[in-house]
Amino acid sequence: MDVKMERKAEQTNSTQVLTMVQAINDGLKTMLEEDDTTILLGEDIGKNGGVFRATEGLQEQFGEDRVVDTPLSESGIVGTSVGLAVNGFKPVAEMQFMGFIYPAYDQIMTHVSRLRMKTMGHYSVPMVIRAPYGAGIRAPEIHSDSAEALFTHMPGIKVVCPSTPYDAKGLLIAAIEDPDPVLFMEPMRSYRAQREEVPEGKYTVEIGKGEKLQEGTDVTLIAWGAMIPVAKQAAKQVEQKEISCEILDLKTLYPLDRDLIAESVQKTGRAIIIHEAHATGGLGNDLISEINDTSFLYLRSPIERVTGFDVPVPFFALEDHYLPTPQRVLQSIEKAVHF
Amino acid sequence: MSFKSPLEGIDEQFEMIQILNEDGEIVNEDAVPDLSDDDLVELMRRMVYTRVLDQRSIALNRQGRLGFYAPTAGQEASQLGTHFALEKEDFLLPAYRDVPQLIWHGLPLYQAFLFSRGHYHGNQMPEDVNALSPQIIIGAQITQAAGVALGLKRRGKKNVAITYTGDGGASQGDFYEGMNFAGAYQAPAIFVVQNNQFAISVPVEKQSAAKTIAQKAAAVGVPGYLVDGMDVLAVYQVTKEARERAINGEGPTLIETMTYRYGPHTMAGDDPTRYRTEDMDDQWEKRDPLVRFRKYLESKDLWSEEKENEVIEAAKEEIKAAIKKADSQDKQKVTDLISLMHEELPYNLQEQMEEYKEKESK
Repeated sequence: MDVKMERKAEQTNSTQVLTMVQAINDGLKTMLEEDDTTILLGEDIGKNGGVFRATEGLQEQFGEDRVVDTPLSESGIVGTSVGLAVNGFKPVAEMQFMGFIYPAYDQIMTHVSRLRMKTMGHYSVPMVIRAPYGAGIRAPEIHSDSAEALFTHMPGIKVVCPSTPYDAKGLLIAAIEDPDPVLFMEPMRSYRAQREEVPEGKYTVEIGKGEKLQEGTDVTLIAWGAMIPVAKQAAKQVEQKEISCEILDLKTLYPLDRDLIAESVQKTGRAIIIHEAHATGGLGNDLISEINDTSFLYLRSPIERVTGFDVPVPFFALEDHYLPTPQRVLQSIEKAVHF
Repeated sequence: MSFKSPLEGIDEQFEMIQILNEDGEIVNEDAVPDLSDDDLVELMRRMVYTRVLDQRSIALNRQGRLGFYAPTAGQEASQLGTHFALEKEDFLLPAYRDVPQLIWHGLPLYQAFLFSRGHYHGNQMPEDVNALSPQIIIGAQITQAAGVALGLKRRGKKNVAITYTGDGGASQGDFYEGMNFAGAYQAPAIFVVQNNQFAISVPVEKQSAAKTIAQKAAAVGVPGYLVDGMDVLAVYQVTKEARERAINGEGPTLIETMTYRYGPHTMAGDDPTRYRTEDMDDQWEKRDPLVRFRKYLESKDLWSEEKENEVIEAAKEEIKAAIKKADSQDKQKVTDLISLMHEELPYNLQEQMEEYKEKESK
């Protein structure tokens, strides 16, 4: 009797109610069980279980060789992961906060993202970089950055960002299984904000595909990660004014789900892009370009952006003033609808 | 009161290891490596061959038949002595001047020429060559070496990762991070710093207050050795011992080889007369690795002018054939590179691919 098989069959049917951070933990565990070459690296991820407990219990279960507490050295973590990746492993590297990724930027830009092309496919770098991002948790300076545009602008690396526990686990597994590097952004503010049913065992959420969260007719709200709740609140508030919003959760920031965006914007004729990173050089601008390419003649108003301001994410005493709020989204919706 | 400086006496701890002096005489009988006569001859053959390759590469560059090239003459003992201590399965992470080690590790010569010409096939290692292509970002390969070594250890392989940088590279954060990482995990890595005295034009004294680069290893709990980088026997023996320690689970080693590049930094317009004196060049040329090893081998009746000429002629022929093969390589196309960005191409790249295909067909 194959006990493992029986458990697997059971897994596909049963679910558990998890927060996002628990779902991430479950996704990591699933892949450590599934594939012997999966190896986690990061600061405090072992005994401590990660500063957010995303790796809780994993070192205990899988050992110090597979859940590696690294020296405090971001460039070292990513550089070492490159070495492991070209040597047949699937590293999942944790940046403790996305704001700490900058020392590793060199390795990501000059090796992780381009090794496949540069070696004409002889090597690939099937690694995942996990990065908790975003403001709103009252963390110190540089713990709150939302640096996706630095990486969507980097050829050769995919960028994903879930907004729910279900998507977090499914996208994480898809990222680990992807033959190429994936930056996996985790909205810290959403880590414990919501619980939902998450299937046990292995399943994936497709990279490159977004989702329409709410059907609407007047205006399309485009967001991801921690900005999804903001979009939802704004949409709810304008319902009273009889404005109907369609909400798109992008989930993947590179490559974008262009068809989903085009289909929605061509229907509503209006779009509001919401992201917490600052506006200039932000991903919102690429989204505007995509809409321009696919849907220019359908537009009934200029596309609005609701974003952080063009400053570094401020100290936490001021972060609420920096972050997009439902109120600011609402103003943009009205501006677009009454253009 | 004043405390004793921890730097006191550090010089004696990092004395330069030499086996063969400038006159080709053994000065450290106990340390002479256990190499057969055939091995000794092979080592000399490789050094002579590599010197010829350097001379020819410089000439070919001047004729416009090669592109990026970083001259190697003067560094043969450092490059080939370390490499001679390796096994085929060991993993190389070279810097841009370390093309000779790649060639002796199995990269076909024509591919080395393609690398020089900016053809991506030069980066595409043959299946049986465990190596990354030459590193351009100074020091980035050092943390990667720690990762490769960690992987070798995890798989229970009796192999090492070896990486090369220069004196300038030892100033990078990645140098410290990579050694520290490998040290913390006792990973089987060998870090070689070829101290050729200048990082392009900046002399090594301006890189650091540390008197040697070897001593930097002590800060991360790793043994560091300072070796006469013009003495191929010393370089070989120190590397051999480092390799043995590494595969026995005793962790990484840093090796600093004191050497000199006779030529410019690269062939892209560097003029060493701006920062080096003729006198300095002369002093170092007196320590030439080929001259002293030749004397040693001649004293053992293992080498002759005739033998050397044979090697030179054979090298020239092989270089000629490799250039011919490089010339006949298919031109690279932008679409080839686009198609390699991801295993599966997203729509934006597919569209750009179509656009380029049209251009390339014209």
